[in-house]
Amino acid sequence: MRPLRLSVVTAVAAATALTAVTACAEKEKTGGDDAIKVTATDSSCEVSKKKFPAGHVQLAVENKGSKVTEVYVLYPDDRIVTERENIGAGTKASISAEIKAGNYEIACKPGMKGSGIRQKVTVAGGGKAAKRDPKLDAAVAHYRQYTLKQAEQTLPKAEVFADAVKSGDIEAAKKAYAPSRIGWERTEPVAESFGDIDPKVDLREDGLEDGQDPEKDWTGWHRLEKSLWKDKKLTGRDKELAKQLIKDLTAWQKKVGTAEITPTSMANGAKELLDEVATGKVTGEEERYSHTDLVDFKANVEGAEKSYALLKPVVSKNDAALTKELDTQFGALNTLLDKYREDKTGYDFTPYDKVGKKERKELSDAVNALAEPLSKLAAAVAK
Amino acid sequence: MADEVSGETAKAGEEASGRTPSRRSVLGWGGTGLALGAVAAGGTVSALSSGDTSEPAGSAGEAVPFHGTHQAGIATAVPDRLHFAAFDVTTEDRAALIRLLQDWSAAAALMAKGHAVGEGAFGPVPESPPDDTGEAVGLKPARLTLTIGFGPSLFAKERFGLEGRRPEALVELPKFPGDNLDKARSDGDLCVQACSDDPQVAVHAIRNLARIGFGKVSIRWSQLGFGKTSSTTPDAQTPRNLFGFKDGTRNVAGTDAAALDKHVWVRSQDGPGWLTGGSYLVARRIRMHIETWDRTSLKEQEDVFGRDKREGAAVGKSEEHDKPLLKAMLPTAHVRLAHPDANDGARMLRRGYSFTDGTDGLGRLDAGLFFLAYQRDVRKAFIPVQRNLARSDALNEYIQHVGSAVFAIPPGVRDRDDWWGRELFS
Repeated sequence: MRPLRLSVVTAVAAATALTAVTACAEKEKTGGDDAIKVTATDSSCEVSKKKFPAGHVQLAVENKGSKVTEVYVLYPDDRIVTERENIGAGTKASISAEIKAGNYEIACKPGMKGSGIRQKVTVAGGGKAAKRDPKLDAAVAHYRQYTLKQAEQTLPKAEVFADAVKSGDIEAAKKAYAPSRIGWERTEPVAESFGDIDPKVDLREDGLEDGQDPEKDWTGWHRLEKSLWKDKKLTGRDKELAKQLIKDLTAWQKKVGTAEITPTSMANGAKELLDEVATGKVTGEEERYSHTDLVDFKANVEGAEKSYALLKPVVSKNDAALTKELDTQFGALNTLLDKYREDKTGYDFTPYDKVGKKERKELSDAVNALAEPLSKLAAAVAK
Repeated sequence: MADEVSGETAKAGEEASGRTPSRRSVLGWGGTGLALGAVAAGGTVSALSSGDTSEPAGSAGEAVPFHGTHQAGIATAVPDRLHFAAFDVTTEDRAALIRLLQDWSAAAALMAKGHAVGEGAFGPVPESPPDDTGEAVGLKPARLTLTIGFGPSLFAKERFGLEGRRPEALVELPKFPGDNLDKARSDGDLCVQACSDDPQVAVHAIRNLARIGFGKVSIRWSQLGFGKTSSTTPDAQTPRNLFGFKDGTRNVAGTDAAALDKHVWVRSQDGPGWLTGGSYLVARRIRMHIETWDRTSLKEQEDVFGRDKREGAAVGKSEEHDKPLLKAMLPTAHVRLAHPDANDGARMLRRGYSFTDGTDGLGRLDAGLFFLAYQRDVRKAFIPVQRNLARSDALNEYIQHVGSAVFAIPPGVRDRDDWWGRELFS
């Protein structure tokens, strides 16, 4: 973890396809005659108009289902234009936004989970429609779904961890610690793009600034890691920290859908995940008390592999030699990692303090072997 | 020596401030101009400076030809800086190794000319990291030489099918008394020696080769060196080592074709044909116990070496290059034991460098001599000489050999279609 990693955000500054659109969700107003009616049930999402003019658009939402739902207007790459959460069963809500010309999707999410029930809509006139290779839009959309799913799946695992801390059960907390981090580590470049959450949940002690108080200002997983493995006791403060972790991760989950993601930021994100491994995990700095570095390591590689797999259909056309090399090096690194776990589907890895100097060098070499060609992925996407 | 270096630095500074020539343009006008200047001023240079006529003041920015019968970096003049790297080959794929050697040769040829590798430091596309790492942009070639070697482990069975091609003379070095070898600073499948007058140019070269090699090779260990401790131009004064002494004054001259043929270049009758025109390299990291040496009386220091500290003259002589009378020295004197006359005429071409890797945890300078010696047969040169030294050298009290490696050095890359090791792999 570095204090500020905004590459995903900055990458987007150059992505003209995704021009800024102001969006706001209004509270009480129910739609007028021009409003587009969205009727949500537990299994459907009906939209009254599939084509409408650009500019100020109003959605009048009615939830006729039995579950709480939410409604999104999404770009082709799944980025959120606007959204409204917590629309209770049997209630109405209104959403308004400035929307430019282009293709969009409206999604209802009964139960507020998953990718939702989608309807394609077209907004005509005004500015030009966003144009990009639809295959790349699909890759970004899939990747956004992936990050969302990781955040969703992380929360219950983090709750298991937090509950164990809160109940003072050190052994159970230790067991739940590494698994609670996997989803975060898989999507770290996106997670870090919300600069305020990363320092709250994933800061290491040496990341504190001069003048910051480790007692007060250090929060998140690694603070609890230290309590569990080094201090070997859980205090009232730790219980508060566990609560805070869940709060921060919930905020993260809510933000994931709004992350700026482009095909090149996906590609660079893959490389960054390997950089995370190369600088923090392969040295054993990341999990210095729990020595669960190899779990993070594997999760970082999985996250990078996901980005790569989604971009591969485009990249293999632009640079077949690169995909061949990446397939080889991902394979080699995964084979090497498998040496450190009995069960190839599980995440019980050898503690990193039991991994010798020679083996660490071997891992480092394999990371370099993969990260070097991976640094060429963005160029191959942009071709 | 010191005057030459500072003079050259000043000159480079002027040029950089005036026009900031690209490395390529330096080659066009700077290199030629400087060379002509050196010829014209030759007499004056040798009269006024330390007399190193083969390495005139203006030579430091020049390019040394990469292509030739022998690899550059052996008999060519020794520049002042070193970055030496030993690599493990991590791929098992012979074709991948061959491709790497081809890529390396192409990159090395470019860098020796002062050019960037691949499509340069600013391209080819903004989304991609540049092909060249860029820290040598704007610097002169600075006499960069890149020299490759193949370690015994490369010839191991069931690796690359080279076991039948291992030269008989490529032996593992025996254990010498007093050695304290660190495996992490020893051996290697491949080595690359980068010598240059500019440390940044030497570091850049190894860094770029390492980068090209990711996934196929990994650096096992590396060593930076400064202050050459021997010269291939023995007419010159021998540079001093970190003990303040001149050592190895009878080095093989890079211009002495007969001595090179006799002591350095592998001949066709010596072994496998692929190595003809090549050599063998022994690399030793020799730690010097600086603090205890500095507390030693001048008398003892001079007795240990068998030389006078001021001039470098052997015991009882007045000039550095005066023929030493070995019997006048103590039986344990370093010069006496290392001299060819005490070793059946064995000679090596030495290109050692001083090194300082900061301080160790005990507050002692982590410093010493990175010994590099090229020879026609390790069994007839380094091994017997080092046996002799390890047994009795008075210097052993102040030094320790802590790293060791031996490599077969293939002949030169002939032209642009040729590559490092082509004959070994064909």
